[in-house]
Amino acid sequence: MPNKVPITVTVNGRSHSAEVEPRTLLVHFLRETLNLTGTKIGCDTSQCGACVVKMNGVTVKSCTAFAVQADGAEVTTIEGLAENGNLTAVQEAFWNNHGLQCGYCTAGMIMTVTEIIERNPNPSAEEVRAGLEGNMCRCTGYNNIVRAALAAAAAGQGG
Amino acid sequence: MFAADFEYRKAGSIAEAVQLLSDNPGAKLLAGGHSLIPLMRFRLARPEVVIDIGGIANLRGINVSGDTINIGALTTHAEIAASADVQRSNGLLAEAAGGIGDPAVRNRGTIGGNLAHADPASDWATVLTALGATVSAQGPSGARTIAVSDLIEDAFATVLAENELITTVSVPVLAANQRAEYAKMAHPASFYAVVGGAVVVTMDGNRCTAASVAVGGLTPRPVKAPSVEQALSGTTLTADSIGDATARLGEDITAAGVDIIGDVYASAEFRAGVAPVEVKHALMHAIGLAHH
Repeated sequence: MPNKVPITVTVNGRSHSAEVEPRTLLVHFLRETLNLTGTKIGCDTSQCGACVVKMNGVTVKSCTAFAVQADGAEVTTIEGLAENGNLTAVQEAFWNNHGLQCGYCTAGMIMTVTEIIERNPNPSAEEVRAGLEGNMCRCTGYNNIVRAALAAAAAGQGG
Repeated sequence: MFAADFEYRKAGSIAEAVQLLSDNPGAKLLAGGHSLIPLMRFRLARPEVVIDIGGIANLRGINVSGDTINIGALTTHAEIAASADVQRSNGLLAEAAGGIGDPAVRNRGTIGGNLAHADPASDWATVLTALGATVSAQGPSGARTIAVSDLIEDAFATVLAENELITTVSVPVLAANQRAEYAKMAHPASFYAVVGGAVVVTMDGNRCTAASVAVGGLTPRPVKAPSVEQALSGTTLTADSIGDATARLGEDITAAGVDIIGDVYASAEFRAGVAPVEVKHALMHAIGLAHH
């Protein structure tokens, strides 16, 4: 019998209680326990950023956090950004600028760009690129992602 | 990749963490998890007990008291990089913090965890060695102060006892006539330092009156460079005099009696060749002869 630890995590505004093995990663808890599969697992070694979510207001790589560390925390995933079906400015900008090709990195990209604009509402292209250091895209060459970020900032609301 | 099963314990206070460490030999402390979790997932570490110290509030935060900056062990790299107090009193700390990993990694990784992990590629180990920083470590019989230059014994090995934890990192405030810089060759994916050089120079006009130089990344633990320091002290700093001084770095690495790391990314010969270049870059930045 594996040992289990009770946790309560608020995800996208809803409180979830569960018993998890201590070794359960936050990304597995989100995807497999809560069925929030928008968050992706890419490199699995905290380099690619496909698994980025927000925890207590800052972006984290959910492949490098145990679910038990999120006990009592507030987590926001890509599913939690749009309200009442209205996409955020960042999501709209990714759509309008085609800031993706295959889409695998997109959830992490949008979570990170949202934080970039929260911290700096008027970033330069260089600042956007520096902010995206930990998010890899193997399709786009980043140009449309940076365009999307700048367009979202210009729209005046980071999400 | 899944870690091996372990027992999870959460410490509510420093005293409880020390007690749990004493009661569970071989247990590992979990702070931000950005060193420990990857090790556990690769099964390079299989602790039976993991003690989560992430909720201990008084291990977090920055305060400047007189000529010392005290940083709680759980303070994240992002918090250090963004701190106006740190930027004002020791710009190198903020700059080094902002160069670790990537934004999401900096949001979770902690200065205490980074030092306790003692990765040879740690930026903090090199920078804090050059700055003459100390850590406060709490054990069952009380607290002791350890210079960062003495803390790390070897790759992934510190002088900390199994039941001691780092509580505070203390760093001197830079004086008005001191300049401090860090230059590194970073691995392009992880941003870990392949080679890093950190310098602190005390200046009287263009003349250097005292210098502290450390290199890391290429050696299992950071190495101080007394020959380079001596060559810089009392010298008017120019590109030529800096080049002459940094050419002596090899003597210091030999004297330290440590091996130079070679791996798939960079051979030992390559790292040895890059090390004086990084120290030179740091010194050139320090005296305004080059810019980032």
